[in-house]
Amino acid sequence: MADKHLSTQFDSELNSVSSRVMELGGLVESQIRQAVYALSQFSAEVADHVIESEKRVNALEVEIDRDLTSIIGRRQPTAVDLRLLMAISKTTANLERAGDEAEKIARMVKSIIQSGNSRALPASELRVASEMASSILRKALDAFARLDTKTALTILKEDNLIDAEFDGFLRILITYMMEDARTISASLDLLFIAKAIERIGDHAKNIAELIIYIVNGADVRHTSIEQIESTLQ
Amino acid sequence: MQTETLTQSKISVKDLNFYYGKFHALKNINLEIPENKVTAFIGPSGCGKSTLLRTFNRMYELYPEQRAEGSIVLDGENLLTSKEDVALIRAKVGMVFQKPTPFPMSIFDNIAFGVKLFENLSKSEMEDRVEWALKKAALWGEVKDKLQQSGSGLSGGQQQRLCIARGIAIKPEVLLLDEPCSALDPISTAKVEELIIELKQDYTVVIVTHNMQQAARCSDFTAYMYLGDLVEFGPTEQMFFKPQRKETEDYITGRFG
Repeated sequence: MADKHLSTQFDSELNSVSSRVMELGGLVESQIRQAVYALSQFSAEVADHVIESEKRVNALEVEIDRDLTSIIGRRQPTAVDLRLLMAISKTTANLERAGDEAEKIARMVKSIIQSGNSRALPASELRVASEMASSILRKALDAFARLDTKTALTILKEDNLIDAEFDGFLRILITYMMEDARTISASLDLLFIAKAIERIGDHAKNIAELIIYIVNGADVRHTSIEQIESTLQ
Repeated sequence: MQTETLTQSKISVKDLNFYYGKFHALKNINLEIPENKVTAFIGPSGCGKSTLLRTFNRMYELYPEQRAEGSIVLDGENLLTSKEDVALIRAKVGMVFQKPTPFPMSIFDNIAFGVKLFENLSKSEMEDRVEWALKKAALWGEVKDKLQQSGSGLSGGQQQRLCIARGIAIKPEVLLLDEPCSALDPISTAKVEELIIELKQDYTVVIVTHNMQQAARCSDFTAYMYLGDLVEFGPTEQMFFKPQRKETEDYITGRFG
């Protein structure tokens, strides 16, 4: 991050927690990529891998929160340090949830495989949205590492596109279900997958909002893109 | 640098420059001290915060090589050029120092001494005033049964509260506190901080402190000074969350590079 504190100990504590967050981010990003792959290939093996990773994700979340509590208690951080630590806390929560969504996708994929209906479903329609979600999270983490508010704003705009894709996919699913009632069970599994993908986009968006919070001190949650753009000027 | 416009100003500092001999200690200070609020001055050693504080009651007049230029306006009068007796100015603008300085006399007389200089009170009125001041300073309960004992017999924290009581007894309008808790333990410090927050209901308080967390806890407004300049002034909450100047943020977060 930025310039050095007089206390090198404080610097090293901040660096340590930041790198743990990046590790968590990398892990979750990989989980999502693999979940998307498992979906496109209906691969139970890759799905299992995603589910396995959950343990490390959860452990990292606990470690990071412990580190944060220690730093806040001992250092009484202010200004940018305070905002950074608050943002790290929320980013960690968002990443852990995104990991949960990836795990959900993996479990759904396995369920669909077991039901034997995989070929009848429009899973490929989800590919665009799922790749967008994976890429948006990667972008958010990259922007977080660089405290890049320009990219953060782009991410906020992109999340709307994922939401639109989800709406489109929902309409397609409904037509499938109306055409053939036997597809309803597997279609619902796909619906949950689509919802999980949409949520991953939301978590990436939350992380983007936190970047703006760290750099500008502005809490832009629940504000429109236009308002955020003018805040950043 | 003034960001708070809704609060009234008690003291208006305009183009204040201060010199210790040839040394230019305060450079073009412009500042509005809000009424009935606590304003904290923070900054590294030698930044001029105590110097600035001491211009408000003309303490520098005790030293011939110190001089101030510019204006410090309190109630429409420029303190620097006022023809008023400086003792009267110091009655309006009271000061409490870092090291508790009780007079070598009884607790009662410590409080009564200053009052006697300015007011002609009857015995019972004086007793009431002493009780009132000690109550205001949250010290009454601890000393009411030993008012005739020496002030120096009290603990450090109590002595400091005695000095605050002494300062309030003459009913000033402004209270200047120069690192009032530096010599005190954490419990006494907490009691004095509680007192400061309560005092602002009746007085305008200005506090110089080395302890940034104290400034963050007690004050409504904070002024950050560096090498004689006023770098930033604003609501404390903003200063400690998102200051406007990088220099301020560096100081507050401990980046002194």
